[in-house]
Amino acid sequence: MTPRALHLGDDALVLAQRLSQWIRRAPELEEDVALANIALDLLGQARLLLSRSAQVSGSGTEDTLAYLRDEHEFRNVRLAELPRGDFAHEIVRLFVFSTWRLAILTRLVDSPDPVLAAIAAKGVKELAYHRDYAAGWAVRLGDGTDLSHERMSAAVGDVWPYVAELFEPHEVELRAEFDDVIAQVFDAAGLVVPDSAPGNSGRDGGHTETMAALLAEMQSIARAHPDATW
Amino acid sequence: MVSARAVAESVKDPELPMLTIGDLGILRDVTVEAGHVIVEITPTYSGCPAMGAIRADLVRQLEQAGFDDVDVRTVLRPAWTTDWISADGRRKLAEHGIAPPGAAPPHPVPLTLSRRPQQVNCPRCGSAATVEVSGFGATACKALRRCTVCGEPFEQIKAI
Repeated sequence: MTPRALHLGDDALVLAQRLSQWIRRAPELEEDVALANIALDLLGQARLLLSRSAQVSGSGTEDTLAYLRDEHEFRNVRLAELPRGDFAHEIVRLFVFSTWRLAILTRLVDSPDPVLAAIAAKGVKELAYHRDYAAGWAVRLGDGTDLSHERMSAAVGDVWPYVAELFEPHEVELRAEFDDVIAQVFDAAGLVVPDSAPGNSGRDGGHTETMAALLAEMQSIARAHPDATW
Repeated sequence: MVSARAVAESVKDPELPMLTIGDLGILRDVTVEAGHVIVEITPTYSGCPAMGAIRADLVRQLEQAGFDDVDVRTVLRPAWTTDWISADGRRKLAEHGIAPPGAAPPHPVPLTLSRRPQQVNCPRCGSAATVEVSGFGATACKALRRCTVCGEPFEQIKAI
């Protein structure tokens, strides 16, 4: 039970940090607001999940987990930490992430851990909204101009090597549900689903090279001023 | 003396101050045992930043009403739905230019590639000819729409 809350909390925290980096950089004000709102929902989920993880393990708080762990102690999937690319890249990442996470949380609604089940029941409403937002943009850009299609195809190529890891260890049922949603949207968007090469072992504490910079930005103030309140 | 429940119900939502937390449906329970007040509230969204302010307002207003021993607890289940916004709350929203939500979608929500057909009337002129401008707005609970008749943009509470 505990690792699940930590894993899902880390995924949400790290992607919330990445999405926040879009603030005042998105192509339109509406998308700026959308990405910030999605980041806020994920940050909220992260706080609940990390608090639960700390409570069950009997040590630390949401803050010590977020701010005082080192890179190898984070158990998020690599997809969440990929650096901010262009808008097409963010849409593909967000679509994949929210489709996958929605499938997980839908199953956790019946978790024997009542707190995890409650967090999941709340999260599915938010994630369905995120997924539909990203899917709408995937279709608009994939089926848009030659340039937008080209950039979406490139983004799919960049993101796909990080998909297999999401299903390690083999989660066959989850993968089938995920593939079905991806196929529907890519079909409407005129995008090709790449073959999924075997991924990293998943949640192994290994990260891509940009994770260190992400953590430095997120943690530096909390570490420089221990126990500060504001 | 006013009941603890009545005081708690009258606390205003900081982001939608035309509504009380009773109208919004986030006040889940108020119990008083031997002078000890337990208030249960639930967040609208997981990351709702107003929870801290609501908690502080509850404690302060209950203290002003003579309840010194107040414990505000956050409950997550059942998850808040816009269906819990009262009829009175919906009327107040519309009066303040914010379109109230339609019925909440079923869960799990099937993938929707086209905009969900929903009739949202313009809170200013009443026309049903309105379009979504953005699925997200200034707070987690709102989307942006525009009326094609009177031309006015307006906010809508997202149905969840």
